[in-house]
Amino acid sequence: MLSLIRAVIGRDLRLAMRRQADIVAAMFFFIIVVSLFPLGVGPEPEQLRRLAPGVLWVAALLATMLSLPRLFADDHRDGTLEQLALAPEPLALIVLGKVIAHWLVAGLPLVVLAPVLGIQFDLATDALAVLTLSLLIGTPALSGIGAIGAALTLGVRGGGVLLSLLVLPLYIPVLIFGAGAVDATVTGLGAQAHLSLLGALALGGVFFAPWPTAAALRVALE
Amino acid sequence: MSNKLINWFRYASPQTFYPLAGRMIPWFWGLAAIFGVAGLGIGFLLAPTDAQQGEGYRIIFLHVPASWMSMFIYLVMAFWAATGLAFNTRLSGMMASALAPTGALFAFLSLWTGALWGKPMWGTWWVWDARLTSELILLFLYIGFIALQAAIDDPRRADKAGAILALVGVVNIPIIYFSVQWWNTLHQGASVSLTRAPSMAAMMLWGMLLCALACWMYSIAVALMRVRVIMLERERHTDWVRALLAGRE
Repeated sequence: MLSLIRAVIGRDLRLAMRRQADIVAAMFFFIIVVSLFPLGVGPEPEQLRRLAPGVLWVAALLATMLSLPRLFADDHRDGTLEQLALAPEPLALIVLGKVIAHWLVAGLPLVVLAPVLGIQFDLATDALAVLTLSLLIGTPALSGIGAIGAALTLGVRGGGVLLSLLVLPLYIPVLIFGAGAVDATVTGLGAQAHLSLLGALALGGVFFAPWPTAAALRVALE
Repeated sequence: MSNKLINWFRYASPQTFYPLAGRMIPWFWGLAAIFGVAGLGIGFLLAPTDAQQGEGYRIIFLHVPASWMSMFIYLVMAFWAATGLAFNTRLSGMMASALAPTGALFAFLSLWTGALWGKPMWGTWWVWDARLTSELILLFLYIGFIALQAAIDDPRRADKAGAILALVGVVNIPIIYFSVQWWNTLHQGASVSLTRAPSMAAMMLWGMLLCALACWMYSIAVALMRVRVIMLERERHTDWVRALLAGRE
């Protein structure tokens, strides 16, 4: 079981590494969106500190959305997905491997970039640490929930826009608790409660999402 | 098993359900009109003016039923979606897609009437409190469901994909319902409960319940009308639809 997941992760990572431009494009999208806000709302440090958690989190959601359509589309196009669905192993496990690989490729870079971008917003050290931690805990949930949307819109007309319409409402709890954790640190309340809830969302999301995703993939393959 | 008294699956076929729905629709319209007139009559003429909120509170006669219906219709939709996935019945998916626009309408009405009420009472059209936000998410879920079904050409695939989405979104319903208890927010708690005496005058309660019944009957009538159209559209290649349309001309 573990070897299957490991094999899927290894395969997806190898494929992603051969197309590094896609990963870099999503990362720069994240950087550019975040950098637009100080230009749009003005450079007052006080205001930027207030906005930082929300801006970084929303940008992370959008950057994740950007990489989601490719989660299954390439495999669908060349027929790999049908072979995976025919495999004797449960499709949900294969999906779990793909979700983990997607997080390593699309989620982890955002976590690494976040502290640097947080400095642009003049965040204090402890707030930066909590921001990075909240992204580290929360981004797996984004990959998990997003996989459902990616599978539902597979091969559908106007899939990209539809995907954001389906997935962004489901991302709202992650956004609220993720950005709330940083806010709670800044106001001195402590981020413990928010981070715990975020962890629960991530575990629940990654654990349960592969089943509806697998069901949606089977519908798409019919 | 063929000697059962009632064949539960008899009306699961569009061919038999179509005339049945046609016969039921006028009744539900009639009931909706009666309950609506009675509820609004009590609400506007008989119910006393609220001690704290004045006349403005009377929006609850639409607001509360609309909010209830928006949540309840989603549950019914998810129920039909699950039935469709489990038993692979054609009619279930049609019922789910027939219910979605009515549910979206009620979610929107609930938000809109809430805003109209919030302006004089809270002094603002909109606050980002838990219940308002989750009702807004519910509206987004309806829109997503409708958009997903509209984007897929094959109706069977649209039904199944929509069903999975509806079941994933069902998580949101308890969050909306209990949000006022879980988070201490601006929106007041439930005024009506089955287990304790309601915290409002009996006349207001009756008005509200009658309006809720009216919304209920309206939803059933509209959903049945819509499902009849969907049935004709999807079954247009079958003999019974051809015979029906030929007989009508």
